[in-house]
Amino acid sequence: MGNVLSLTTFLPLLGAVILALFLRGDDAAAQRNAKWVALLTTVTTFIASLFILANFDPADPGFQMVETREWLLGLQYKMGVDGISILFVMLTTFLMPLVIASCWDVGTRVKEYMIAFLLLETLMLGVFLALDLVLFYLFFEAGLIPMFLIIGIWGGKNRIYASFKFFLYTFLGSVLMLVAMVAMFADAGTTDIPTLMTHTFGTENFSILGVQIVGGMQTMLWLAFFASFAVKMPMWPVHTWLPDAHVQAPTAGSVVLAAILLKMGGYGFLRFSLPMFPVGSEVMGPLVLWLSAIAIVYTSLVALVQEDMKKLIAYSSVAHMGYVTMGIFAVNQQGVDGAIFQMISHGFISGALFLCVGVIYDRMHTREIDAYGGLVNRMPAYALIFMFFTMANVGLPGTSGFIGEFLTLVGIFQVNTWVAVVATSGVILSAAYALWLYRRVVMGDLIKESLKTITDMTRRERMIFAPLVAMTLLLGVYPALVLDIIGPSVNALVGNYETALATFEAATQFASN
Amino acid sequence: MISADIQILMPEIVLAVYAMGALLAAVYTTKDGMAPLLTWATSGLFVLLAVWIGINGQGTNIAFGGMFVDDGFARFAKITILLSAAAVLLMSESYMQRRGLLRFEYPLLVALAVVGMMVMVSAGDLMALYMGLELQSLSLYVVAALRRDSVKSTEAGLKYFVLGALSSGLLLYGASLTYGFAGTTLFSGIIEATADGASLGLLFGLVFLLAGFAFKVSAAPFHMWTPDVYEGSPTPVTAFFATAPKVAAMALFARVVHDAFGGIVGDWQQIVAFLSVVSMFLGAIAAIGQTDIKRLMAYSSIAHMGFALMGLAAGTAFGVQAMLIYMAIYVTMNIGTFAFILGMERDGRPVTNIESLRMYSKRQPLRALAMLVLLFSLAGVPPMVGFFGKFYVLRAAYDGGLAWLAVAGVIASVIGAFYYLRIVYYMYFGEEGEALDGKMNPVLWTFLMASALIMVVGVVNLFGIEPMAAAAAATLVQ
Repeated sequence: MGNVLSLTTFLPLLGAVILALFLRGDDAAAQRNAKWVALLTTVTTFIASLFILANFDPADPGFQMVETREWLLGLQYKMGVDGISILFVMLTTFLMPLVIASCWDVGTRVKEYMIAFLLLETLMLGVFLALDLVLFYLFFEAGLIPMFLIIGIWGGKNRIYASFKFFLYTFLGSVLMLVAMVAMFADAGTTDIPTLMTHTFGTENFSILGVQIVGGMQTMLWLAFFASFAVKMPMWPVHTWLPDAHVQAPTAGSVVLAAILLKMGGYGFLRFSLPMFPVGSEVMGPLVLWLSAIAIVYTSLVALVQEDMKKLIAYSSVAHMGYVTMGIFAVNQQGVDGAIFQMISHGFISGALFLCVGVIYDRMHTREIDAYGGLVNRMPAYALIFMFFTMANVGLPGTSGFIGEFLTLVGIFQVNTWVAVVATSGVILSAAYALWLYRRVVMGDLIKESLKTITDMTRRERMIFAPLVAMTLLLGVYPALVLDIIGPSVNALVGNYETALATFEAATQFASN
Repeated sequence: MISADIQILMPEIVLAVYAMGALLAAVYTTKDGMAPLLTWATSGLFVLLAVWIGINGQGTNIAFGGMFVDDGFARFAKITILLSAAAVLLMSESYMQRRGLLRFEYPLLVALAVVGMMVMVSAGDLMALYMGLELQSLSLYVVAALRRDSVKSTEAGLKYFVLGALSSGLLLYGASLTYGFAGTTLFSGIIEATADGASLGLLFGLVFLLAGFAFKVSAAPFHMWTPDVYEGSPTPVTAFFATAPKVAAMALFARVVHDAFGGIVGDWQQIVAFLSVVSMFLGAIAAIGQTDIKRLMAYSSIAHMGFALMGLAAGTAFGVQAMLIYMAIYVTMNIGTFAFILGMERDGRPVTNIESLRMYSKRQPLRALAMLVLLFSLAGVPPMVGFFGKFYVLRAAYDGGLAWLAVAGVIASVIGAFYYLRIVYYMYFGEEGEALDGKMNPVLWTFLMASALIMVVGVVNLFGIEPMAAAAAATLVQ
């Protein structure tokens, strides 16, 4: 069991290779086989990841099950898992079988579609498990390629624009991070993430082109990483790629994008920005808090006026990610706990919401809100599930959405009351847009001619939603399930952060005296 | 003494004698009938010489009183040049044959050009440098105009000749200034003369020399010939231009700035950094509007030279190592890409319009996939090997105190990613168009697949070229 992490990470890749090499033809049988192979692979990966969870010791805040091999240029192939990353791994492996099952009706280039998703899974797992800067970057960036293809090949009408925007936007963000990584490599002499967490990067102020940089090198590095993660999150005002990408992506692509890919940004903040650049985070923290607060209110308002369901949910994702960044940069136990919780819960909820849109899109081939109305009359089961996830999205107590929002708000309230006040108004706004959407789509009389023959969810569709409903409820009533696993790691993270800041402040006071 | 010198020069002599002997043999016998045989024989000889140099080469050997230096750096560059030239010759055989372009002079001119390149990278003296450079350039001018009945090819040859002559003139002027102010043409002498700073005259000489080199590596703002020559020349010749001569010129560039002007790094660093940043941005931006894939590759090569120069601009041993690795990766990618371009045909006629690739992935999924891998590699997206080339030069630039250059480079690479993605867009997302021919020469197919496979598998350890490049760089920069 020494290399269970690598095994889990590369299992989907193996499935993709098998598909690519051994599956011939494009007839119905070949398509079915491709889907089954993909489903089997993702389920096996999920089972493999259960071994990670079973071997994981929550009390230990360090990295566990570490694997190390030499690589090029003094880089390492190093994988490991800790309390912060393990749940993202589990989220990924848990959702992928559902994602594969949700594209059972896809009929064009099925084999390639499955290969793209399996590749994507390997790369996403790699992001969360990598313990080497460049290895992380490798997985982080490589994930753009399959997603670019998924949007571009299987996407909607305006897919070309959306795929290019997605790729170039995120690429621009992350190349700046690459330069920062090079700088860190030069400064610390290693790319080993655990070592870098204990390395103190320079904090002497300097000026570039006459602008005084408070916090010096740390702030510059922080900004470079911020450029990447803020785009990925996405934070206002660099979120504009997301609605386009979501609207054009096929349903399964949207689910992966919202449920997992966005979490890489938040994970990056927790893995790099806070522990490695505490001074930079302290200097720039207030900016992030205000950007988050603006994001929550602004994107909620934008969501109110959307006419496309997917776009509405995309904007609501941006708003919810605002809580995440806010919680992270509150840097206290509740805030960070809440941020991670919110990310996990948003993974289930937003994924489910996009699947809900997918269900009716598959039937009517439109996402216009105006094209629907009164679905409850013919689709009672759908109405129930959609209701449940709408409520979870709003943050109804009893669902996981509530815990995440509440914890982040508790965290931020201790740090900055005004941000907390602004952000809390987002809770009301989210209820407004989510419930209004629900009313327009599901409630009322069924008057549209085209909807008269619409059918309720099939058994396959219900089975996809069942695990999501279960997880959302379970985490909503028993959040300790998550909090016990992440608690010690978050505690260590916050503790180290405060120690680093205290050292820095002592040093600056000493210098000024 | 002289026999020891000749011993060192043996690979070059063998190749030169072979080329001249084969020329005579072909003239007196069947002429073009021998061309296919000569093509295979020449590339076989290239491979043999590469193996010979790789196995036999040891230490630093100096011949003819310092005129010719055989060291680890030269050997690394020579092996890269020989192997890439061999690959391109093999790829061109059937293409040239079917278009009646396979004259017996073609492989032999390439062989002579390679002799010139091998002399260039081993030059220890401005005279030897110029001799090698001119042998290479004159052979290339002829090869560019190989398709005599085509206006474009003739134009390409003429343009290349006129601009190449201009650059040679600049270089020669720089060399004479350097000679005048340093009192010697030997690199070892020049480095002594610049031990305590360069005089103004020497600086002028340096600038002219660098301008000449910039022409040869097609770095902006001396790049104007590149797109026209790439477009006009027969495609196999373009493939050759994009590979071996670029390596040779870049190695020569490194040799001169380090061996002759290694004492005044600060003076040439800013020039090289400028060339680098301008090339990266020009290559990235100008390629966006191109519709011809050969022109697009011309601009792409300009951008790539900018990145290689970024490694050189660092002025350190690691910078040279980064440049060597970058060039080796670049050459491998380009061989694969040109194998693909050579295979683009409709009714047996070559097609170079990007739009002809519409929905290529539907009809040729495997080839489209290989090209996809190569394009992402060219764009420097991980996990393809092209990313590691970029990573090395970025690291070198940052260590050399050129953080701004590294930032500029990555921004240029994002702009550049757009046009590579555009080809992916035509192959995968576009609408159906007129189909290209389905058949592909097995040699081309092999090179395309091998190159794509290397781009993916190389992520494991880059096939161990890292320590070799490090050793090579260490012999150049002490």
